Amino acid sequence: MVKSDFSYNSKIEGEVIVTRADAVVNWVRSHSVWPMPMGLACCAIELMAAGGSRFDISRFGMEVMRFSPRQADCMIVSGTVTYKMAEVVRRIYDQMAEPKWVVAMGACASTGGMYRSYATLQGVDNIVPVDIYISGCPPRPEALLDGMMLLQEKIRNEGGSLKRTFRGRTVETKIVS
Amino acid sequence: MDAAALTQKFSRTQSLKSIDMPTFTVANDELAEVVRYLRDNQGFDLLADLCGVDWPNRSPRFGVVLHLLSTTNKEYVRLHAACDNDAVPSVTSIHPGANWHEREAYDMFGITFTGHPDPRRILMWESYPYHPLRKEFPLAGIEVPLPAADVAEVTGQKVEAAPMMGGPFVSHGGHMSGAEPQALDQSWNEEKPKA
Repeated sequence: MVKSDFSYNSKIEGEVIVTRADAVVNWVRSHSVWPMPMGLACCAIELMAAGGSRFDISRFGMEVMRFSPRQADCMIVSGTVTYKMAEVVRRIYDQMAEPKWVVAMGACASTGGMYRSYATLQGVDNIVPVDIYISGCPPRPEALLDGMMLLQEKIRNEGGSLKRTFRGRTVETKIVS
Repeated sequence: MDAAALTQKFSRTQSLKSIDMPTFTVANDELAEVVRYLRDNQGFDLLADLCGVDWPNRSPRFGVVLHLLSTTNKEYVRLHAACDNDAVPSVTSIHPGANWHEREAYDMFGITFTGHPDPRRILMWESYPYHPLRKEFPLAGIEVPLPAADVAEVTGQKVEAAPMMGGPFVSHGGHMSGAEPQALDQSWNEEKPKA
């Protein structure tokens, strides 16, 4: 008896794959996340290591670090966000085109970390909606890759629209597909 | 260095006891001339450091400390000048490297450097109302609006006092040296909500 064949069979499907548009769009998006490296402190060194050949973030289609927010999908906030820099982070976030995601990399970006002081924003989620938090001080590149794979999972499971909550309000972005 | 020549030329300059390098208290209005004299006549050609000092119980309260290095004689000298109405003469025209040091001392302590070519803040933003390294300023900070009004409006975020619990400098009331940096739990935490 032939094993159940769940894979693509050109004889049955006539070289046509039937799926939902959302699933295709999400699949494409999840494998071509172009990060905006918001490198603010030492976490950015680990971010750079993740981009190098040993850890090789290009395995996930994420090696295209875009220094222009217009071309980026995912802002990786890696480092301490000071109140002076918070304005810049928010403006760059605003300049990124939808759909967009934010990863808070490390303790400082997630909560302020050890910087309990007058100068430091206590978590970048106070000014932008964060999708993934990565613990560590700084996180190893493997932790960053794990967080980015979680982000891929999240992107794959998004419905026909992007909903994100920020400070109790729900922001919804329709995806035209 | 020739300490006798220095104190002879600037009679108001006094030598201070110091464990590591020759140290002098310089009259406020003579600071720039002393630095220029040491650079031109005694070879102290490099300004290694310039910082503000806050002595809350002294009068005048603020002072400035300079470390000068002679790259030819391989020796340091330390100068201290007390502020006069929170002001000292700028030495940027003598050592251009003093520019950002003086801006930092102004930013953190509120010391005015008369004759500075660019007397702006350097670390905090221009509209920030406090000088954070003054002794009375709490490490946690004081609530003020975010510098960018539009970002503050979109996010509803302010510059808030940071939660000190679990922070690196929180003392728990035991015997700590007064010289150690320490902070009381000045703000909200998990058990004591923000008032």
